Amino acid sequence: MPSATLRHTAWILRGNPLTAVAACGVVILVLLAILGPSIAPYDPIASSVSEALLPPSHAHLAGTDQLGRDTFSRLLVATRLDLIIAVSAVGISFVLGAVVGAFCGYAGGRLDRAVGRFVDVMMAFPLFVLAMAMVAALGNRVENIVIATAIINLPFYIRFARAEVNVRRNVGWVEAARASGEGNISVVLRFLLPNVLPAMAVQMSLNLGWAILNAAGLSFIGLVSGRRRRSGASWSPKARASSRPANGGWWRFPASR
Amino acid sequence: MTAPLLQIEDLHVTFSTRRGLVEAVRGVTLAVEAGEMLGLVGESGSGKSVTGFATTRLLDAAGRVTRGRILYRGQDITRIPDSDFRALHGAAMSMIFQNPRAALNPIRAIGLQIADAILSHKRMSKQAASEEALKLLRAVQIRDPEKRMSAYPHELSGGMCQRVMIAIAISCDPMLLIADEPTTGLDVTTQKVVMDLLARIAAQRGMATILITHDLGLAAQYCRRVVVMEQGRLVEEAPPETLFRHPQHAYTKRLVAASPTSTSHIADLVTDEERCEYLAVLAAAKPATEPPPGTPPLLDVKSLAKRYDQGPPAVTDFSMTMKAGESVGLVGESGSGKTTTSRMICRLIDASEGEILFDGESIGHLPAREFHRSPHRKDIQIVFQDPNESLNPRFTAFDCIAHPLLRLSGLRPGDALRQRVEECAARVGLPAELLPRFPHQLSGGQKARVGIARAIACRPRLLVLDEPTAALDVSVQAVVLQLLDRLRREDNLALLFVSHDLNVVRMMCDRTIVLRNGSIVEAGESRALFENPQTDYTRELVEAVPHIDRGRTDVAVESLLT
Repeated sequence: MPSATLRHTAWILRGNPLTAVAACGVVILVLLAILGPSIAPYDPIASSVSEALLPPSHAHLAGTDQLGRDTFSRLLVATRLDLIIAVSAVGISFVLGAVVGAFCGYAGGRLDRAVGRFVDVMMAFPLFVLAMAMVAALGNRVENIVIATAIINLPFYIRFARAEVNVRRNVGWVEAARASGEGNISVVLRFLLPNVLPAMAVQMSLNLGWAILNAAGLSFIGLVSGRRRRSGASWSPKARASSRPANGGWWRFPASR
Repeated sequence: MTAPLLQIEDLHVTFSTRRGLVEAVRGVTLAVEAGEMLGLVGESGSGKSVTGFATTRLLDAAGRVTRGRILYRGQDITRIPDSDFRALHGAAMSMIFQNPRAALNPIRAIGLQIADAILSHKRMSKQAASEEALKLLRAVQIRDPEKRMSAYPHELSGGMCQRVMIAIAISCDPMLLIADEPTTGLDVTTQKVVMDLLARIAAQRGMATILITHDLGLAAQYCRRVVVMEQGRLVEEAPPETLFRHPQHAYTKRLVAASPTSTSHIADLVTDEERCEYLAVLAAAKPATEPPPGTPPLLDVKSLAKRYDQGPPAVTDFSMTMKAGESVGLVGESGSGKTTTSRMICRLIDASEGEILFDGESIGHLPAREFHRSPHRKDIQIVFQDPNESLNPRFTAFDCIAHPLLRLSGLRPGDALRQRVEECAARVGLPAELLPRFPHQLSGGQKARVGIARAIACRPRLLVLDEPTAALDVSVQAVVLQLLDRLRREDNLALLFVSHDLNVVRMMCDRTIVLRNGSIVEAGESRALFENPQTDYTRELVEAVPHIDRGRTDVAVESLLT
């Protein structure tokens, strides 16, 4: 019933203008990711030394970087890569974390304690350093940035799902499902997980921004994927240039350094 | 004649909700004399608590007094500024709540919490306040008050917490105490102790009390005057004897009929027309056929025990048998092991020891984790206590009832399934148009029906009922009890009725088993057991049940005389 779903969505958006504005923001971002390369006014990797470090102007909406590349075009083109990294990294850690956490929360006992302590150990690491080490060891590639970002986010999803399932595991409708002939695995996957999804969706939306920041951070310290280096565009600052003193004005855009 | 202590005149309270304005209280007029205990009785949604909250100005932000006056000693407290009201609060009136554990601050010792209440209204040193708090703990009869001063709420039982709440409420010698369901959720013996204490303290201090409750029997036993509310209106006001013998208003009649007493029969719980209907159904039901001699009992439980790693065993040496179509009650206070026992019999948890035979076949050897594969899974079903918690929030009523049919009866989605679900819904009196609704769109009674429909969908032979009506209003409870009794007769269904409500068990069950601390104290025919209990514990339980017909216990008068 797609029309019913649409009507329901429209009804929700009408009642919550804030949600409507936020949804518009998401739609715009996705459109930019799709259309970015075709609507960018300049080639994001074409450098021109004579136009280096220009302030924002009509010709260059966000100014240019130290190699004279148009910052606005670079922002537009990088949207797709950054969204892909963020969505896939968060998606992986959500799916794995939710399933592992849900089973731990439902089973309790030895499994729960073992996974719980393992997660504690992971969280005790400075997570960014952990991600750095992983990318350095696995090689500078987009997949590895995704994997590293997914792994360092995993503990939060495991803990979250565990706690949410734990408080619900003895609730009447879970026991009712078992009395109706559901085994433990399907109780977790078909009954408990769908009920903790709304809370986890909130965690995911917060986490997306963080994942982008993390990927940007990795590329800032020089762990940039080969493909990305070739495309030359990213929302993240570049390591080499940033080691110089900031020589721009207040207008400097994040991607321009 | 002097003016009454509290006078509520034509009170209207309105809540602004998502669906517009809702009038929760519509024109309540009542008066409370000094030193009197007034019962305010009604079912959920009757506006009884809102009246109490309006009087103590604890309405939440959405609620507003739109009309009427609340006069405390002639002063209209709906019109005075908050700062003046705070001075009144505590010293003039205070309130105790339904869930005492939630009303206490969990991270502050109870002695300090009582002292806080004193210090907010009286000027005295901390030392003096703490001495005062100790005196109050003694007044509410807490054992070892010196030691308990530094205890935290989680270290105390529910009854103790309510006593601490009473201590806080009376700390500034209020003239009026509003007790909102003070003993709901407490065991019946604890309820008696707390209510007796409350009545004695009120009498000693000359404190007026408004007892807000859904339990007519409780109000009848402790109040000289009872006010009945329905849908925000006051429908009847009378001394309890008159109210119960000759109720005037139709609603009061229904309420009185629906409240089980120590002598009532299931057929009596509803008004006359519905009663005829029920009796007709009973007459139509085929009489239970005696099984041929030599057939094993439907359920045979032999010295069942459950131990956990820590603490004393939850259940020890529990044995019982049940025939098909028989109903057995399992009663006991919280912590008596009745829930654990019911879960073991349902094969939702494993027993540490003992044997469960169903139809002469041992079903205990299959671990609970694997029991969903057993062919007996559909023979043993369960109805859960809280209808709000027993339905998956993401399933519609239809999905809930269809679920066991899909899993256990081998039906596939389609017309046959739809027909079976609708048939089950019809049997429990759930209108078919409610089936596409989600649990949050149903009322408590409707949710209870969905829970029962789900349990009977696969035509089980043993139905375990875990406090099936504890969360329901008495009028809904009456209908649900009749429904269960009818199903038992029609399907020759055996009912294991787990409850703390002795009146309900006596009415519903042929036999009763009394549990305490995990072991059986007494078992026998329900009527004999309740009329002539053999052990002190059972006697204590039976005597603690508030009875309309037993007449008022004049604790007030007694304690003044002694």
